[in-house]
Amino acid sequence: MRSLIDILDFTTAELDELIATANDIIENPAKYSEKCKGKKLATLFFEPSTRTRLSFEAAMLELGGSVLGFSEANSSSAAKGESVADTAKTISCYADIIAMRHPKEGAPLVAAQNASIPVINAGDGGHNHPTQTLADLLTINREKGGFNNLTVGFCGDLKFGRTVHSLITALSRYEGINVVLISPDELKLPSYVKKDILEKNNIPYKQTTDLESVIPELDILYMTRVQRERFFNEEDYLRLKDSYVLEPKKLKNAKKDLCIMHPLPRVNEISVAVDDDPRACYFKQVLNGKFIRMALILKLLEEAKR
Amino acid sequence: MNIDSITNGFVIDHITAGRGMRIYELLGLDNLDCSVAIIKNVASKKLGKKDIIKIDADIEIDFDVIGYVDPGITINIIRDCKRVEKLTVSPPEMLTNVIKCKNPRCITTTEQEINHIFKLTNKEKGEYRCLYCETKAN
Repeated sequence: MRSLIDILDFTTAELDELIATANDIIENPAKYSEKCKGKKLATLFFEPSTRTRLSFEAAMLELGGSVLGFSEANSSSAAKGESVADTAKTISCYADIIAMRHPKEGAPLVAAQNASIPVINAGDGGHNHPTQTLADLLTINREKGGFNNLTVGFCGDLKFGRTVHSLITALSRYEGINVVLISPDELKLPSYVKKDILEKNNIPYKQTTDLESVIPELDILYMTRVQRERFFNEEDYLRLKDSYVLEPKKLKNAKKDLCIMHPLPRVNEISVAVDDDPRACYFKQVLNGKFIRMALILKLLEEAKR
Repeated sequence: MNIDSITNGFVIDHITAGRGMRIYELLGLDNLDCSVAIIKNVASKKLGKKDIIKIDADIEIDFDVIGYVDPGITINIIRDCKRVEKLTVSPPEMLTNVIKCKNPRCITTTEQEINHIFKLTNKEKGEYRCLYCETKAN
């Protein structure tokens, strides 16, 4: 049974196909409004999330399907001690496809190993969040017309930021990508991502703590939030949370067609004043997230039929 | 130092000096009631020093464990006091229930029934990562 646990589960050709479907959905929504009639998506969210869960639910509803599930572990059998494996087997009896978020890394893989229906990883702790990466890729594709020959800056928490690791991994398969890593020393990109992804794929990269000095080079600026929930130590969080705040004056020397992205939610790392700048793409990213999830649900249900 | 030769069993040779005990533990040799000898720091032309383990019983050996800990090892199979076969090992692609993931955020730390599986991610360095959370094995 085909699932999506890691962005690398799909080839670049399959990603292109998903993006093409998502673009077609955007152009012709009526064509897809009943594609999933009679199908059910189970959203198993063992950890709170507004955006991702509602995005999945909106995606399924716009495909004409229906949705069931829970939005926190306390309202599920996990509170009684049920294993992820048993939950996956049980839900397979009720639904056609699962979207799972879980605080433990690898939980969606365990679900996929035990379910008889496709499982989509909707975020597993600080590990993977492939559908955010799909949303990011669709946004880059729509704003830049493709993925080749781009200088992409990642700014903020590059250590725990799973969306950053996944997007770097996905972009590493394209030609002419340059990466600029902007973070405080304590939140640098882990060395295994640098070695295993960037260096292994011969992707030029540089590291800096100074956003303003590199902003003129960037085609894409991917901002991230310093996530409180990833820290064991509150003091470290408080010290690092305001490392970067993107304000209009910092964009003075940026390219006219810079694409500013953020996986959201933001706290204060992008000033609200930036929202009116035409280069701000983060709310488009949210919308694109719904369309690419529609394309993904369609693809996995189609493959499950075979 | 003399160690009796064995009748039927195995001689695990060319163990990197210092790794003999690790292999002893991971293979669960402490559970055997036959003769088992660990010889440490034996002079070796090839390695300088090496460890050797002799097991005087025809048991099932987990070659994956040996390939993971020390891929340079040779395993001599002994029958009727004679060596009948000499095997070399290579690092296994997957390692199941040999080591445990130490990442406290990994699903394997809370769900007891899950197999602890590690994947060979870098053959040259012998690097393994947890299948579930991709944390590097120590």
